[in-house]
Amino acid sequence: MKAMGAEVLAERAQRNEGTPDRVAQVQARNFNFYYGAFHALKNINVEIYRRHVTAFIGPSGCGKSTFLRCFNRMFELYPEQRAEGELLLEGRNIIGKGFDAIALRAKVGMVFQKPTPFPMSIYDNIAFGVSLHEKLGKRDMDERVEWALQRAALWDEVKNILGQSGMSLSGGQQQRLCIARGIAVKPQVLLLDEPTSALDPISTAKIEELLHELKKDFTIAIVTHNMQQAARVSDYTAYMYLGELIEYGVTDEIFIKPKKQQTEDYITGRFG
Amino acid sequence: MNLVARRKLANSLALALSLAAMSFGLFWLGWILLDVMRLGFEGLSWGLFTKMTPPPGGEGGLLNAIVGSVMMVGLAMLIGTPIGIMAGIYLAEYGQRGWLAGTTRFINDILLSAPSIVIGLFVYAILVARVGGFSGWAGVVALALIVIPVVVRTTENMLILVPNTLREAAFALGAPRWKVISGVTLRAASAGVVTGVLLAVARITGETAPLLFTALSNQFWSLNMNEPIANLPVTIFKFAMSPFNDWQKLAWAGVFLITLGVLAINVLARVVFAKGGGR
Repeated sequence: MKAMGAEVLAERAQRNEGTPDRVAQVQARNFNFYYGAFHALKNINVEIYRRHVTAFIGPSGCGKSTFLRCFNRMFELYPEQRAEGELLLEGRNIIGKGFDAIALRAKVGMVFQKPTPFPMSIYDNIAFGVSLHEKLGKRDMDERVEWALQRAALWDEVKNILGQSGMSLSGGQQQRLCIARGIAVKPQVLLLDEPTSALDPISTAKIEELLHELKKDFTIAIVTHNMQQAARVSDYTAYMYLGELIEYGVTDEIFIKPKKQQTEDYITGRFG
Repeated sequence: MNLVARRKLANSLALALSLAAMSFGLFWLGWILLDVMRLGFEGLSWGLFTKMTPPPGGEGGLLNAIVGSVMMVGLAMLIGTPIGIMAGIYLAEYGQRGWLAGTTRFINDILLSAPSIVIGLFVYAILVARVGGFSGWAGVVALALIVIPVVVRTTENMLILVPNTLREAAFALGAPRWKVISGVTLRAASAGVVTGVLLAVARITGETAPLLFTALSNQFWSLNMNEPIANLPVTIFKFAMSPFNDWQKLAWAGVFLITLGVLAINVLARVVFAKGGGR
């Protein structure tokens, strides 16, 4: 009892002091993005806080997915897309030649809208990413695979079928496999691009529950079309519209008393 | 006539026409197959696989022709498959939009539809006439030239079918491009690629024209690829054109063997594709 009390006190003191609560993991400064001539993101300035969930909401085409795909420089696969300005990961600009894309993606993992298991066994699905960045022995790899599957709340369902194809799992399991695959690399940031929009409500609930667990270790940025989901899972919410960041703040405030009329209209369903 | 009745009539008319077209096509195919089986069966015997091609009037089989064909087809696949797969990977994964890929794709399409006799004459002109005379190797080169465009095309098509999201997911883990291709996309497309390779085998097994100008034929047992070598298609061509009854019988038996082989490969290709595609 005594120890626990001390812990809580220490935590409080820490919070009052340096608010470790609010360490910026990713910062965008005057960030712009173009699809060819189309100006898709306009002068975005935002901070994503460490070990919190930040949700990006807004109508289709507002640029929220586009923005998320900048965090791991996914856009580089397409030559007509380019970014300008600063996107800082722990203070270092990740845009431009100075930051290696592979090193960046080891630090920033991503889960996509549709589950994308690789055409290989469940075990190999997870080992694939890990072996890109670390040389692990058989036993260490086994441990890592189990750890990742545990964290993704999938271990109990697949521990006896690790050799089966990842594609044989159900949609919700596949998506959790993709989350496990992402965290197995031990990134700092996990990007989720509408991770539940292709899933049924029960699988969705499982993944939302999972996010609460995962934010203890990872910084999470999630794009969602579902406003209830944003309200349920996130600590901070950013509302975007037509490539601009309209409002950003603590989720409760955004949903209960947004500062801007535009945000309120979208959240209350009067628009969008 | 009311609307529903009219639609019903149009529907049954369309169905009847398609059925007629289908049976017309199948009728000839069935006839060919039946004839091949009937005439091929007559020539079928154990000696077919144990004896050499005979002189007119003599006893014999097709052993040297079968072995020569298997060797040339095998070597042609060994050369053509890796080149075809790698070129297909380039087209689908690296150079989708560049001018080089566009040009390669165009030339490959021409090569794909080039009559095989043109390829035979080409190899004749550059290899047979100038370098070593008729030889098994010249035949291999001609067959490989037919294999490459087929494999390039199927590999590219199968890789393009792999959803981009899968590619992005692999990149998002920090995989370099070669690892994305070898570990994920090629694996996802493997059933289709294998099917393409098998279909290429089926395609060259019966090719006659390119071998006529390159490997020629050989009456005797030979495994020397630097010399003319016996093979099924040319032997069939020679024997079928001859006035000798026993040669003609052997030709039918050879046709039957090739048909059976191609059929088996096609069935295998379908099984492979169904297994891989049904994931």
